[in-house]
Amino acid sequence: METSLFYLFGAIALIAAINVVWQRRVFYAALSLIVCLSTLAGIYMLLDAPFIAAVQIIVYAGAIMVLFLFVIMLLDPFSRAVHVDKRRFLAFFAWILGATALLLLYPLLRSYDPAKAPQEVLLPAAALGSVTHFAETLFKDYLLPFEVTSLLILVAIIGAVVLAKRQT
Amino acid sequence: MSIFHCLILSALLFTVGAVGVIVKKNIIAVFLCIELMLNGVNLSFVTFSKYLHQVNGQVFVFFVMVVAAAEAAVGLAIALNLHRNRKTLSVDDADLMKW
Repeated sequence: METSLFYLFGAIALIAAINVVWQRRVFYAALSLIVCLSTLAGIYMLLDAPFIAAVQIIVYAGAIMVLFLFVIMLLDPFSRAVHVDKRRFLAFFAWILGATALLLLYPLLRSYDPAKAPQEVLLPAAALGSVTHFAETLFKDYLLPFEVTSLLILVAIIGAVVLAKRQT
Repeated sequence: MSIFHCLILSALLFTVGAVGVIVKKNIIAVFLCIELMLNGVNLSFVTFSKYLHQVNGQVFVFFVMVVAAAEAAVGLAIALNLHRNRKTLSVDDADLMKW
């Protein structure tokens, strides 16, 4: 059951991801990316991370992608590619590059053996998926990074407002 | 569903995103492909979190999402500014700092 669900979600996510790159119209590429992110949330559920799955739907597929769609609609909805590139054969080399990277990654990932990993901080599966444990780790072990993150968001807000403000 | 399947899926997502960053000409499409790459990395974090029985990977995913949100906000503001000043969205036309 889990395996078939994983293959279903993985296939949809992969097809949607390829469509993001393949699609000439940016609007449809963004919609395809939303499909990809939503199916990834399903895979996170299969991997015992329900909180991350919820945040993926709410923040990623919700907030961030709405921001993208907002800007796309503001600029040029349904526009084709901005201009026809005369050197389109270079894109072919990019796909070859990607395939080579995958070929190099494959034996690396294949050789990873989870049995050899350090085993001292073992958690039961129930604690792994619980939001309580997640929050304890976030607010105890990672308290300083969490606070720095709030500073980062503040800087991003100020930067976005300054950049997007109409210069007079 | 082994750890290997999830890692291969995340590698595939990352590679497709990286190819998109190289291929795409529209600046917003490049941003979309960067989001794709970030999600590939997120998937590998969650996978390791499950198979090493640690919750740290999920915390990292949380931070990656926050950084992605900040990056999207600032990047889209830059795209808006580019469109306003140069009437283009092509990354090839934004070559003021090239020479």
